[in-house]
Amino acid sequence: MSDFSRRGSWLVLLLSVLAIPAALAQGSAVDEIAKYRAALQDGNPAELWAARGEDLWKQKRGPRQVSLEQCDLGLGAGVVKAAYTRLPRYFADADKVMDLETRLVWCMVAQQGYTDADAKKAPFGNGNARKSDIEALVAYITSESRGIPMNVSIAHPKEAAMYRIGEKMFYFRGGPHDFGCVTCHGEDGKRIRLQDLPNLTKIEGAQKAYTTWPAYRVSQGELRTFQWRLYDCFRQQRFPELIFGSDASIALTMFLAHNANGAAFDAPAIKR
Amino acid sequence: MMNMTRIAVLIGVALLPLGCAIAPSNEEITAQSTAMLKASFKATGQAGLDRLDQDETQRMCSELAGKAPSKETAEKIEKTNLATIRYPADGKLLGDWKNGEKIAQEGRGKQFSDDVAGPVGANCYACHQLTPQEVSFGTIGPSLYQFAKLRGYGADTQRYAYGKIFNAEAFAACTTMPRFGHNGILTEQQMKDVTALLMDPQSPVNK
Repeated sequence: MSDFSRRGSWLVLLLSVLAIPAALAQGSAVDEIAKYRAALQDGNPAELWAARGEDLWKQKRGPRQVSLEQCDLGLGAGVVKAAYTRLPRYFADADKVMDLETRLVWCMVAQQGYTDADAKKAPFGNGNARKSDIEALVAYITSESRGIPMNVSIAHPKEAAMYRIGEKMFYFRGGPHDFGCVTCHGEDGKRIRLQDLPNLTKIEGAQKAYTTWPAYRVSQGELRTFQWRLYDCFRQQRFPELIFGSDASIALTMFLAHNANGAAFDAPAIKR
Repeated sequence: MMNMTRIAVLIGVALLPLGCAIAPSNEEITAQSTAMLKASFKATGQAGLDRLDQDETQRMCSELAGKAPSKETAEKIEKTNLATIRYPADGKLLGDWKNGEKIAQEGRGKQFSDDVAGPVGANCYACHQLTPQEVSFGTIGPSLYQFAKLRGYGADTQRYAYGKIFNAEAFAACTTMPRFGHNGILTEQQMKDVTALLMDPQSPVNK
């Protein structure tokens, strides 16, 4: 993947970024944050996750000691190129609409022989204490879609239903705070504190947001998948805990991924 | 006869995946969405699955799918919510603005990851500008800088501010603002303190 000089350059950038809070007093805080974000774009530690993910994809693993190269992500067994731009989609073998993460779990269970619980045991990483194979695999597979336009179909009735259910969920308000996705993502040009919020009710907003996940989150030192993005949004919405790979997560992903159609995929990205 | 019926059913089933079946109605999609949500979350910490049970206000606002409510719907929602507002028994609406500022800054509370023992904040700055000293403020809600300086410090404005914090749906149907009193997010004292942050002439909000 990246050579040492590139790895070195993002380390230097990360260090220089630490000096930025002192600069916040000068000029507009928003301008300074825009500069900080621009500085982050030059090197992305997500490459480390992608490299580990590529190894995991090719290694013989699990009780059956087979690699994931027989896993069909929708474009044929072992085809990784462009696969993410077509997901979620209906898979006849599972008779289910699946996103990338749920498809990976399905392949780990059906082909490598893992139990469902084992395949899902670490959906999100937590530093060195818990590394997530799923996040690494997602980093690798999505990196093979960079530059390719999103092209998610809703031609199958089950895909069409998932899209409509996802749209309905987007507007579902509940919990002690009456929050729904639409509370924060329903208008142009809004912020939480200084964090810009995409308007996900518009095509341009969905395109910009969806094509930049997964992302390396500097504040967490982790690569985060779209499953994580939904999980943590619902946490802040004061909802109960979203189950990894649940149908609701797939429905919302379908709604946003299909709305992003036409935009070039541009991830793994790097975010604050 | 039996064979004809069976053939018709088989043809119908065969056509389903081809998209020839009638698309589900809006009501069917709503029902499927609600059922799917219930199966897709687990109760964790203080956040139980009952949080997915909508009250009438939440249900009506969700159904609008981001559009503004009609005049009739808005009046119905505002009337229902106005009836829930409970003003402090001691008649005092203004607490300590300094505590109000702390509550406005505090983002924790009610998340499944939060300690049930607290703290619980109002997180006002997530969406509103308040004091000029805090530059990290959101813009989902309007700026509240100089709230009382612009509106006056009178008893009516105090009642409006407290009532809006208690139940914002009473004044603007399907607002993005939480109902801090009605839904038990803040205590009465906390609501008094936040009201003071907006209404006290000494509060930096009014400088």
